[in-house]
Amino acid sequence: MENRTITRADLSEAVYQEVGLSRNESAALVEVVLEEISAALTRGESVKISSFGSFAVREKGQRIGRNPKTGQEVPILPRRVLVFRASNVLKSKINKALGGETKTASE
Amino acid sequence: MTKSELILKLAEMNPHLYQRDVERIVQTIFDEIATALSRGDRVELRGFGAFSVKKRDARVGRNPRTGTTVAVAAKYVPYFKTGKDLRDRLNHRGEGKPMASEGPEYLGEDEED
Repeated sequence: MENRTITRADLSEAVYQEVGLSRNESAALVEVVLEEISAALTRGESVKISSFGSFAVREKGQRIGRNPKTGQEVPILPRRVLVFRASNVLKSKINKALGGETKTASE
Repeated sequence: MTKSELILKLAEMNPHLYQRDVERIVQTIFDEIATALSRGDRVELRGFGAFSVKKRDARVGRNPRTGTTVAVAAKYVPYFKTGKDLRDRLNHRGEGKPMASEGPEYLGEDEED
């Protein structure tokens, strides 16, 4: 199976096929969706997309890191990171399609 | 923000669209990403982030409560890596502008590969 990389262009094409707006408007709407999600996250809100997953912002404290190349210690400043949690619907869809186990626990 | 709040917001911003079309647009985007991941494809949205699927091999796990061993089958887990622009925005760096003039800064990870 040849794996490809899906990009904005593919998402716009899907919206174009599905909704029948112009290609330009479809592309603009994909952009606006990503922008609204990014803006909410930047405000510190989490974003929950039912049956897909949720994005949440996590605050990380300062810690001492190490430059892996030189071994030198450097402080890593407090920062905010984004974590994505896939919904169970998405996880099981992927595992059904790719042939993995659908449930975590053995039955 | 939930999916329905996102849809309401987009509908407000696009008064010329029917709300049901906005719903279909949002649903199509997430369905397309989910379907791509189910094919094992990667979804790369520059500036936002990249979705991919990682394989976790079968392993022998342990029930943390009872300590009994259980076989855990191989599975695939969806993974998201935040894009550089969004990561910078979360940390109030460069607000979407091209990032010049800032010195090199080690953030632990590099741009989506």
